[in-house]
Amino acid sequence: MSKILKNSELDITSANSIVSETLNKCDDGELYLEDSKSEAIVLDDNKIKSSSYNSNLGYGLRAVTDDVVAYSHSSDLTKKSLNESSKNLKSTLSSSNGAYNFEIKKTNKKYYTEQDPIEAKNFKSKIEILNQVNEYVRKTDNSVKQVTATLLGEHKSIEIIRNGGEILTDERPLVRFNVSVMLEKNGRKETAVYGIGGRQNYDAYLKEADWKNVCDEALRIASVNLNSKPAPAGEMQVVLGPGWPAILIHEAVGHGLEGDFNRKKTSAFHNLVGQRVASEGVTIIDDGTLENRRGSLSIDDEGTPTEKTVLIENGILKNFMQDRLNARLMKTKSTGNGRRESYKHVVMPRMRNTIMLNGKHTQEEMIKSVKKGIFAVSFGGGQVDITSGKFVFNCTEAYEIIDGKVGSPIKGATLIGDGPSALKEVLMVGNDMMLDPGIGTCGKAGQGVPVGVGQPSLLINKMTVGGTQL
Amino acid sequence: MLEYNNNLGDIVDQCISKAKKSGATDVEVALIKNTSETVSFRNQKLDESDRAENIGLSLTAYINKKKTSVSSSNLNKENLEKLIGRCIDAAKITPDDDFNSLPDKELFFKSSKELDLLDDTHIENSKKIEYLKEAEEVAFKNPEIVNTNGSSFSESKTEIILGNSKGFKNGYKTSNFTAYCEVVSKSNGNMERDYEYTSKRHFEDLLKPSELGSNAAKFAIRKLKPQKINSGKFNIIFDKRISKNFLNYFGSAITGASIYRGTSFLKEKLNKKIFSDNINIVDRADIKRGNGSKYFDNEGVKIQNLSLVNKGVLNDYLIDTYYGKKLNIASNGRSGGTTNLYFENGNKDLKDLMNSNKKIFYVTETIGHGTNIVTGDYSLGAGGMMIENGEFVHPISEVTIAGNLNEMFSKMVLANDLQFNYSTNSPSVLIENMTVAGK
Repeated sequence: MSKILKNSELDITSANSIVSETLNKCDDGELYLEDSKSEAIVLDDNKIKSSSYNSNLGYGLRAVTDDVVAYSHSSDLTKKSLNESSKNLKSTLSSSNGAYNFEIKKTNKKYYTEQDPIEAKNFKSKIEILNQVNEYVRKTDNSVKQVTATLLGEHKSIEIIRNGGEILTDERPLVRFNVSVMLEKNGRKETAVYGIGGRQNYDAYLKEADWKNVCDEALRIASVNLNSKPAPAGEMQVVLGPGWPAILIHEAVGHGLEGDFNRKKTSAFHNLVGQRVASEGVTIIDDGTLENRRGSLSIDDEGTPTEKTVLIENGILKNFMQDRLNARLMKTKSTGNGRRESYKHVVMPRMRNTIMLNGKHTQEEMIKSVKKGIFAVSFGGGQVDITSGKFVFNCTEAYEIIDGKVGSPIKGATLIGDGPSALKEVLMVGNDMMLDPGIGTCGKAGQGVPVGVGQPSLLINKMTVGGTQL
Repeated sequence: MLEYNNNLGDIVDQCISKAKKSGATDVEVALIKNTSETVSFRNQKLDESDRAENIGLSLTAYINKKKTSVSSSNLNKENLEKLIGRCIDAAKITPDDDFNSLPDKELFFKSSKELDLLDDTHIENSKKIEYLKEAEEVAFKNPEIVNTNGSSFSESKTEIILGNSKGFKNGYKTSNFTAYCEVVSKSNGNMERDYEYTSKRHFEDLLKPSELGSNAAKFAIRKLKPQKINSGKFNIIFDKRISKNFLNYFGSAITGASIYRGTSFLKEKLNKKIFSDNINIVDRADIKRGNGSKYFDNEGVKIQNLSLVNKGVLNDYLIDTYYGKKLNIASNGRSGGTTNLYFENGNKDLKDLMNSNKKIFYVTETIGHGTNIVTGDYSLGAGGMMIENGEFVHPISEVTIAGNLNEMFSKMVLANDLQFNYSTNSPSVLIENMTVAGK
C-alpha cells in the first residue's frame, strides 16, 4: 500500500508496471516517493521576522546498470510524467543487460517517532517561545544588541518502490532550535550561535531549562569572544573539547571513507584498508541507529536498514561507508549509508552519526601536558579536499595554552591539517565522549543532509593554527 | 512586454484572488518552473544522467501589518487552497510588524531593453557527452593526469512569474548552460585535484571543450609536489577564481539587513573611504546575456544600476522593501541580492603585480568558511604557488592566510585582467603583508 500515491493521480498498479518495465534489464534502481512538510519561524530584531510553511511532493526514478546511473525526477506525480521519466532512463541505458538484484535487508526497528512535529505543537505556542527567548536573552545581558531565534520543523514521508512491487517506507521527523546573539561592549562586537535538535517533537527540546541553556551557551560564547585577543599563527599542539569539535573527524577522515571516492580511487584512503591510519586507541564508528539523533535513520534512502559501522578500530582502517551501487562494485554489502537530500537528488554514500569512542585520558591531563598550544572548545564549520586529504575547520571558541594552563580566549581562526596523517598525531584520547547537540548539516556535491558527530577530548600533536600573530 | 506562459500566469492570479477572498489585505505570488538535464561523464564513458522537472509556488499573505508565507511543489488546486487557508490562519496570529508591506507601486518594473537571457537551443545528451569526452581526452593527454573526479554538462531552462495584489504581474524565461571538468594528477604518492568550469546563458558562449579539459589538467598538474612553507608575512596575489569572493563578503556586509541590524563590519562606512582611490565597484542587472542579469527583483521592483564604490568611497547599500522602510531609503531592487557585481579593472598588469616583490604567495584556492562579516576577521585555509622574481617556483599547500577585511580592502591593488565568467567578477588582487601560517 502506498500512502503517498493515495492522494495523487498516479495509481500503484501503473507505478509498479512502469518501475518493472524500466528496471527489468538493470542491476538496481527504484522509484523514490517523497511527501515532505517543513516550517521555519524566525524571530529577529524583537519581531517575528518571517514564518513559512512548505509542502513538497515529488518522485525520483533511478535505474542503475554496472557503474552508470540514470535518474529522472519531477514534482509532477502523474502517470504521464513518470512515463516520460521512464522513457528518458531507457534511452540513456538502451544497451543495458543487467540482472536486477531483488535482495534487500528488512527491519522492523524504528529509531524515532512517526509524528509530524509541526502538527504536534500549535503555531501560537511556537511564537510564544520565541518571544520568551528574545526577552530572556536581552534581560540576561545588557550588552546584547541583536537576537535571532529560529524554530525549524520537518516531517518527511518516503516510500521506496522496488522492481517486483516491494515498498519500503519511513517517516522522519526533524526539529532544530537555534539562538544567535550579537553583543557589543566598548566598541567591540561579537556574535555566537548555539542550537539543539533531533528527530523528536519540539517539546523534547523546548522545556524551559533546555531553551534557557541554549540561550546561556550563545551568550557565554559571545562574551568570551568579546575579550579575545588575536590568535597565534603556526604549527602547535591542539586540545579539542568533547562533542561538536568532532567535525574534525567528519572532515579529516569521514568523507575520505565514503565508498564512492574509494571505488573511484580518488580518496587519499583508497588503498589503506587494513593499515594504520590513526594512533593506537583511536576507534571511529558511523552509527545510524542512535535513538532520536539528527543523523539517525531507520532505513537509508535506498531502503537498507542502517547499522553501526566500524570505520577505524584501534587505529586500523576497517571499513568504508557504502550505498548499494558502490558496495556492489567493490564486492561488499551496503552499510545503509545511501542517502539523498530529497527526491531531487541522486543517492550517494553519506555519513550518519560519526563518533570517536572513549579512551582513558582526562582533559586535565591533556592541557597539563601542553607547553604552547590552543584549547578549542567550539567550532563553526569545516571542509575537506578528499583527494589531497587537506581539511580545515574554524574555531568559534578557543583559548591559548601556556605551560599547561588555559590562558586568554583567542579570536576565531581556521585550523588546517592533513586527513591521513592528522589522526596519527593523536597523543591522547579522552574519557569524556559527548555527542553534539544536534545541529549538523553536511554538504557534498550540492546536497545537504542532517548528520551527527561525537568525540571525547583529544590531544593532537600538531596542527597549523591560522591566526594573525606570528 | 516580457514573455511567459499564460497558464502559469493564471495560477498566479487564482492564488492572489483566493487569498484575498480568504481575508488577506495584500498578496504576493511567485512561481518558478525549471527543467534541466545533466550528464556526468567519467573515464571515457557516461557516469550519470539526471533529468529534472520542477515547479515551485510561493505565496506571501499580508493581513495589514501581519505576514506569513507558504510554498509548495504541488500545484493541485485542492492542495493550494488548503495551503492558502493555512497561511491566512497563521497570519492572523502572527504579531504586527509596522514595516511589513508590498513595495510602493511606483517602484515596480515596467519595461526594459531586451537582455537576451534565453537560449532556446536544446543540446541532446549525446552532444553533451561528446563535449565532455573531448574535454577529458584533452586532459588525459597529460601523463600526470591519472584519474578523474568526473565532468558534467548541464542545461537548464527557468521561467519566473511574479504577481501581487497591487497589480504587478510579469515574468520571463532564462537559460543556463554549465560545463565542469575535474581531474586528478599524481606524482609519487601525492594526488591533487583541480577543475575548470564554464557557465553561460547561451550555449555558444561556453568555453570550448578542449580549453575546459586543458585548463583543468594544467591547474591539477601545477599543484603537484606542494610544500608547506614557514609561517611569516607575505604579499599575496589572489587569483581571479578567489578574488571574486571579496565581492561576496562586501555584498553581504552592505545588505539592508546587515546594516540595519548592525551586524556588518561596514556599518557606518557610508560615504567613507574603504578602498584606495582607484577602486570602483559596480552592480548592474542589465548586462546582455549576463549570468546575474535580471529584469526585476524578487518583489517586482525595478533594479537600478549601482555604483556601490566610487574612487574608494562606499556610495550605496543593497536595499529591499522591508529594510528600505526600516532605514528610510527606497528599495533599489536588491531583494534577492546583487546581480552582476564586479570591480572595474585596475591599471596594473598581473605580471607587474607578480614582480612587485621578490617573493609572492599566489593563492589559487581557499578552503573553509572563516570569514566573519560582523568583525571583518578573515582566516582561511589556502593553497597556491610561490612566486620568486616574477616566476612560479613551487606549489604551496596546507597553510592558512589571515587578516581583517577592513585592512585588506584598504590595501587592495587590482590588476587589469577582469573577465565576465560568473555573476560576480573580479580582476586578480594583490594584498601586501598578510599573515601566512605554515610550519
